[in-house]
Amino acid sequence: MKRFLGFLVKEFYHIFRDYRTMVILFGMPVIQILLFGFAIRNEIKDTKIAILDYSRDNVTQEISNKILSSGYFILSDNLFNEKELEEEFKKGTIKEIIIFEQNFSENLYKTGKANIQLILDASEANLANMVMGYTNSILKEYQKEISGKYSSPPSITTEVKMRYNPELKSVYMFVPGIMAIILMLVSALMTSISITREKELGTMEILLVSPLNPLMIIIGKVIPYLILGIINAVIILLISANVFNVPVSGSNILLLAETVLFVITALSLGILISTLVNDQQTAMMISLAGLMLPTVMLSGYVFPIENMPVVLQWLSHILPAKWYVIIVKSIMLKGSGFGYIWKETLILAGMTIFLILLSIKKFKIRLF
Amino acid sequence: MSIVKVNNLSKSYGKTEALKDISFEVKPGELFGFIGPDGAGKTTLLRILTSLIIPDKGTAEVLGYDVVKDYRKIRSSVGYMPGRFSLYQDLSVEENLKFFATIFGTTLEENYNLIKNIYIYLEPFKKRKAGKLSGGMKQKLALCCALIHKPDLLILDEPTTGVDPVSRDEFWEMLGGLKAEGITTVVSTPYMDEAKLCDRVALIQKGNILDIDKPSELIKRNYRKMYAIKSDNMYGLIKSLNEFENIDSVNIFGEYIHFTFNEGDENMDALKKYLSEKGITEIEYKEIKPDIEDIFIELMRK
Repeated sequence: MKRFLGFLVKEFYHIFRDYRTMVILFGMPVIQILLFGFAIRNEIKDTKIAILDYSRDNVTQEISNKILSSGYFILSDNLFNEKELEEEFKKGTIKEIIIFEQNFSENLYKTGKANIQLILDASEANLANMVMGYTNSILKEYQKEISGKYSSPPSITTEVKMRYNPELKSVYMFVPGIMAIILMLVSALMTSISITREKELGTMEILLVSPLNPLMIIIGKVIPYLILGIINAVIILLISANVFNVPVSGSNILLLAETVLFVITALSLGILISTLVNDQQTAMMISLAGLMLPTVMLSGYVFPIENMPVVLQWLSHILPAKWYVIIVKSIMLKGSGFGYIWKETLILAGMTIFLILLSIKKFKIRLF
Repeated sequence: MSIVKVNNLSKSYGKTEALKDISFEVKPGELFGFIGPDGAGKTTLLRILTSLIIPDKGTAEVLGYDVVKDYRKIRSSVGYMPGRFSLYQDLSVEENLKFFATIFGTTLEENYNLIKNIYIYLEPFKKRKAGKLSGGMKQKLALCCALIHKPDLLILDEPTTGVDPVSRDEFWEMLGGLKAEGITTVVSTPYMDEAKLCDRVALIQKGNILDIDKPSELIKRNYRKMYAIKSDNMYGLIKSLNEFENIDSVNIFGEYIHFTFNEGDENMDALKKYLSEKGITEIEYKEIKPDIEDIFIELMRK
């Protein structure tokens, strides 16, 4: 055990002394997630909207004015009929239609309740989300302003409908996707490089001529990157929750457990690569071209899997990242419990066991 | 009992035969040297002894263990220093030593006595990264790391290649010190002059062992009367010597040419006469005792 700890300490020395790798390891997830998050517009200004006002009373007028004078929105059209909605959106210029119900002020005055419907063009998911957020906050502010005039606090209920992309896919999609990519990169690439480096520099030769068990060497190589991978996953989740308001709606512990499983899958891939090649360059090429590219392209992160040719759809099944993305999406966005993702988990676990067995079989206890 | 016992060992890489039917023994406490040029098969042989390569034919026993079957036992009791500098460059001198001590289940303090004489050279640089050491220092550190677990056998693959002459001398002094401690050492080197520092040497070339013995015995056994000759016209001298019919071998050694006459056909006067006919008059010659390098070249010719 002491021998193993000594080996582990050495691995951490390697990692912490290689500043460039450290910067990449921890800088990359942060930069990637921020880039993806902010590359999609995050500020709205003069967004074109349409208003369909069935009441046309002083309250709806007041609300409309408030919204339009905020600086965020410009009135493109006043609509008179629900049938015009579709046509209006199809023009592609307006992002939101605000619909006031009939007898709005009367309802608000008598029952203290009134309804507003917001219909959004969600094809630009992030933008739609923000437009909705801005509108809602203006409405809330108005509610606060007028609360003094009523005996009981008035409540304006908004009902939101997202058109074209009801799940607001792109906003949320990038978080699970980035997690899969970063973890794949950190785990598979880094382990395969760190093992092949020992081969390339000749240190593997003395490690082999030592009482260290090959299994100990492998586990010692893997543990640091397992820890780094988990830290990275936590960083990504923290950023996505705090900067982009994409919180984990399911169980954090379940998500973390599944992440550990995926990191182990990626690590065993890295080990497998390192048992097959002898130099860092090749290990890097294989990891990048053979693992990263398919992960980016085929895991459903950039392109939806359903739209791919059948062959590629089949190909995507053998990618661990695909199953992990499904799992993360379910837990993060839908709040699913283990009962909903056990199948994907099982597939991932099966892949992991297969890869580990294969790499143990391939690990050479001698030089040639 | 022998520390190393090798019988009819062969190893090929594809069509290249690296070792051809080699047999030898190393006795306890010996400093045993493999002398031969690059590509002679030295590294392959040492890698077989450390269980890193499986031989095609023959058997090899190290410390009584078979290199194929009992490789685990060999690996924990042998100290090995590969031909290439193979320590962690991003770890300091001290960290490297501590690492190797730990993985062999010992500590720096426990076996400090053994490495003390070598470590004193390194001590001033113990915080320095191994990658920033000079060539000689690197080799000393590698030797320390190979010694840290008090191995029963030390296997060193070309430890002095690429090291300056002073460090080479220091290194061999250390090996002598280890011998005094009773440590058996197998060392390979392409430098002939290092042969005389070994107890016994095996001359190895193209996978064959040409001869094995004590350096003095090797010289005695293969002794031939040899001359060193030089002139202001070295080119003409070589040409004429090669043309002269009674001469067996001609080799250049620094500023001198070493040559031998055909067995029982020694005639220095005839040679001088022949040379002066060729216009080479300013010659200076002396009889010399052949050293291991002369012997090796002789053996290689056969």
